[in-house]
Amino acid sequence: MAAVLKIQDLHKSFKTGFFLKKKKILKGISLSVGQGEIFGYLGPNGAGKTTTIKCVIGLLHPEKGNIEIFGTSHLALKAKERIGFLPENPYFYDHLTALEFLHFYSQLFLIEKKEAEEKIKGLLQLVGLEKEADLQLRKYSRGMQQRIGLAQALLNDPSLVLLDEPLGGLDPLGRKELRDIIVRLKEEGKTVFLSSHILQDVEMICDRVAIIVNGEIISQGALHELVSEKIIFTEVVFSGIEDKEVEGLGECISRGRERTLLKVLKEENVEKIVELVHSRKGKIHSLIPRTETLEDLFVEMVKQG
Amino acid sequence: MKIKAIALNTFKEAIRDRILYVLLFFATVCIIFSRILALLTVGDRVKIIEDVGLASLSLFGALMAIFMGTGLVYKEIDKKTIYTILAKPIHRFQFLLGKYFGLVLTLFVMLLSMSVIFLAVIFLHTFTVEWEMLVAILFIFLEVCLITSVALLFSCFSTPILSSLLSLSFYLIGHLSWGLKTLIDKIKPGFGKTLTQIIYTLAPDLENFNFKTEIVHDLPIPPQIFLFSSLYWMAYTLAILILAIIVFKKRDFI
Repeated sequence: MAAVLKIQDLHKSFKTGFFLKKKKILKGISLSVGQGEIFGYLGPNGAGKTTTIKCVIGLLHPEKGNIEIFGTSHLALKAKERIGFLPENPYFYDHLTALEFLHFYSQLFLIEKKEAEEKIKGLLQLVGLEKEADLQLRKYSRGMQQRIGLAQALLNDPSLVLLDEPLGGLDPLGRKELRDIIVRLKEEGKTVFLSSHILQDVEMICDRVAIIVNGEIISQGALHELVSEKIIFTEVVFSGIEDKEVEGLGECISRGRERTLLKVLKEENVEKIVELVHSRKGKIHSLIPRTETLEDLFVEMVKQG
Repeated sequence: MKIKAIALNTFKEAIRDRILYVLLFFATVCIIFSRILALLTVGDRVKIIEDVGLASLSLFGALMAIFMGTGLVYKEIDKKTIYTILAKPIHRFQFLLGKYFGLVLTLFVMLLSMSVIFLAVIFLHTFTVEWEMLVAILFIFLEVCLITSVALLFSCFSTPILSSLLSLSFYLIGHLSWGLKTLIDKIKPGFGKTLTQIIYTLAPDLENFNFKTEIVHDLPIPPQIFLFSSLYWMAYTLAILILAIIVFKKRDFI
């Protein structure tokens, strides 16, 4: 797979405090994002996710290291013509309406007015803001700002879309819609690089992830390689038998009037419980095997890191 | 094209700023006040109107340039609008020049409005349009453009309050530095003279754009002085803009 974005040994420090003491933010980040994949860039707050993205966009000058987009320097206009960027908590010119704002940005890509009009119409429809197109951006809610931010990021039909915490500040419905849009972008052959700490969402859509802690990437790879599909335990909810009968087969988590929730570590014990419940004419209400999640991996990695 | 797009957006944004209209209001008050001052004067009353009017245009034009210019880039960084702009296929110098020309356009419109009021006040007194005033106004505009470039430079690396103070200092130094020229003529050759000469060369001399007295009192102005003032303006503005571009190119947007 051809690398769309390649970062090698990226270092960045900031001078802080009265004595301008250097604080290292990125300590040698290296990663590669392939064509057509959704790449999740995960890490706790302050790990260096936004700093990495800002270096890629050219808002920050790296001290050391190399960044290539489509095989050319990340600062080349040719590279920038093919990328779309949505920053964290985006804020735009509040005196403009959504329509004026997108027209203004389309001029920076030298898009013809007629072509821009059609594109903008389609994008406003995609992000669900066609009714608010003539509303000034100052009147937009946070979720709407995020949507218009996504529209401006897609204005040039980019091959690489960089999204910094795109799911933050959105309600569950908004998050689902955005996830759907990201998946659609992948289906259209675009590459998506997104940073986030909403792990369930990332787990649902990302092909590969990198975990950054304290300015260093501590793990990266395909999701199925990082997260084992082995069952860690099974949650069984049953009724109709006495708790004493399943003693020793699992750990009782909760007990209602009729139902009992049992955490069972061994798979053979699950079978025993099912047989027992059936033989006593009881009822199995649910049986949920829990595999390792990205969250488990993330928490473990951050603790180690 | 890209610079034009940013300039027009800057103009749209700047023209909504309330401080601009507050200054325009006070400039109008000063121009109208010159008419009242003229009534109290013995002698040529028109000259008082012209003198006070042109001084108001110069002062309020400079204040507009300082107050608007110093917030120009800072606001973009503070509100983070710069993040998405610089992610687009645009060079940093294009962004900065777009901002500069946008503000120059705003100040042109403001100066034009003040000039119309000023010429109307004179017209009401003399019933003639004093077109020669436009020469003095043109050089006031050039001075305002230079001050805008200075405000823009400071705006690239400091807060609006500090930038305003620095730009205001530039304006004051610019109008007082001619004193150094007199000093150079009076001191003996040596280290002191060379040092004063260097300071005078580097310090702005905004009096180069001041033709108020000559125009108001119908004094002859040799064409080479206009040429020198224009070249001085071009060189100084260009140098400041290049410096601003270098500073802006090197800075990080944290």
